[in-house]
Amino acid sequence: MSDEVAYKQVFGWPDSLKKNPTHYCPGCGHSIAHRLVAECLDELGLRGKTIGVPPVGCAVLAYNYFNFDMVEAPHGRALAVATGIKRVHPDKLVLTYQGDGDLAAIGTAETIHAANRGERITTIFINNAIYGMTGGQMAPTTVLGMNATTTPGGRDPRLHGNPIDISRMLAVSNGVVYVERCAVSSFKQIRKAKKAIKKAFQCQLDDLGFSLVELLSPCPTNWKMSPKAAWAWVNEEMVKTYPLGVIKDETGYEDKK
Amino acid sequence: MVGEAAVRAGCRYYFGYPITPQNELPEYLSARMLDVGGTFIQGESEVASINMVLGASVAGGRAMTSSSSPGISLKQEGISYMAGMELPAVIINMMRGGPGLGNIAASAADYFQATRGGGHGDYRTPVLAPAGCQELAELTFVAFDLADKYRNPVMLLGDGLMGQVMEPVVFPDFIDLKDLPKKDWILDGCEGREPRAIFSMLLGQQGELYYHNLDLQKKYDRITAEERRWETKNTDDADIIVVAYGTAARIAESAMDDLRAEGLAIGLFRPITLWPYPITTLRELAQKGRKVAVFELCLGQMVEDVVLSVGERAEIYFYGVPGGVIPTPAEVADFLRSVAKGDGKVGRRIEV
Repeated sequence: MSDEVAYKQVFGWPDSLKKNPTHYCPGCGHSIAHRLVAECLDELGLRGKTIGVPPVGCAVLAYNYFNFDMVEAPHGRALAVATGIKRVHPDKLVLTYQGDGDLAAIGTAETIHAANRGERITTIFINNAIYGMTGGQMAPTTVLGMNATTTPGGRDPRLHGNPIDISRMLAVSNGVVYVERCAVSSFKQIRKAKKAIKKAFQCQLDDLGFSLVELLSPCPTNWKMSPKAAWAWVNEEMVKTYPLGVIKDETGYEDKK
Repeated sequence: MVGEAAVRAGCRYYFGYPITPQNELPEYLSARMLDVGGTFIQGESEVASINMVLGASVAGGRAMTSSSSPGISLKQEGISYMAGMELPAVIINMMRGGPGLGNIAASAADYFQATRGGGHGDYRTPVLAPAGCQELAELTFVAFDLADKYRNPVMLLGDGLMGQVMEPVVFPDFIDLKDLPKKDWILDGCEGREPRAIFSMLLGQQGELYYHNLDLQKKYDRITAEERRWETKNTDDADIIVVAYGTAARIAESAMDDLRAEGLAIGLFRPITLWPYPITTLRELAQKGRKVAVFELCLGQMVEDVVLSVGERAEIYFYGVPGGVIPTPAEVADFLRSVAKGDGKVGRRIEV
């Protein structure tokens, strides 16, 4: 054996993340989701080939954190903007990073039709069941009984409608190749989420079609919970409305065990 | 017309949603873009289409959308964002009667919307108003060049008649895409350079939005100084100057020719850029005790710019036809005869 000790770096700051402190609240899932996206891009060597489109919402300033080309889209229009970009640069990786209000309320039409066209785009969908940036109003994904500032007494389906499961809706489209729902509220799920994001990017690189990874994400501030309680609420309550797992997979990839 | 001109001007990305009276354009481009290796997408809405234009523009392509009045209202969101983000694009508006769904006949009731920004925020878009198919083709080229030169959306403002009429046209030659000035601000992946971010939200506490708006205003001032376009006919000896644009100008021109045969000295001032409006030229024309007669296919929008240009230098008269109705040259001639006599029987005097 050599006298030299062989050190192997096992953890570091991803190149795809700028070294800026985020504005996200303590316990927010965005920071974890950002890091997962960045790690996947690094590992696939894609940072210099990526163009990202953030939402309007808490992640609107994501270009301060992601270390690759980014363009702001009007609220809900990320997938229309991304469509325009991808058609000009079919050889680049184009991703949207959108919250539930952006993707599943104001942007529902843009979301469904980009997916249905089978645009070679990957969407990272952050579902925290609430409007974060505007201060805790009802989201399309707010679960029944949940308190938001515009659902006094809790979401009542007769007054406020039902939580929408846009990932399952998208899965019925022939343009959509891969949809998986993960969470960023446990270490096991975070690891699964990273695998899913990487697979979704690969699906785009292989020109298969539209891919989406939904991440259930805690919002302690607007849920009025501690970060720990918010994690537990995702794992115990939110998953009842939004069960985790693969919703659609026509990639044909064999997952390595 | 516009479709072929756009392709020749280097447009390779078209996104639009069907609306009468401009469907000939997307139908043509759906096939033509295939020939030239471009992209045609029929979007799910006008809102989606203009945002696809935004994306293609930020990625560096020459991009275009087209619509008619109600659809243009929906596109205002994206146009405002592109103005804020300084992204070039060409928006074709073949105006129809309004408000609401209105009708599908030619109208000019969207002058305010086109020339005053249209969407939210303190911005302007150059507006080009062709008066016939040849000019439609030529101004399509100009629109793409202006958009790229100033990094700003540009609107080509026609109407339902122009959108559907057939006239012989000599198309300008194809430009070579390689000859277009290189864009050093686009998003194409940050390989070998620092990442770029393009956005319109400026929350900073150091007056970022304040200074951004001042910079935009400087650009608008530059456009105003350098890009005003107009045409005059028979103005040298004219007692009455008719001011009209687009289809209205062609109707007025016929009326002018008829009245000249009767011995009335009528001249025509036709603004081609509606923003920036050729204020100083019109002001100079109005300075010799002449009457200024404004004719519009709406109830009085451009007339406000005429008032701003002319002020009290000349008497201003107005005749407008609302609701997607196209008057004949004879009706406009009646207006001009009435202006000549000052009898107030057709149209009305604008008190400044």
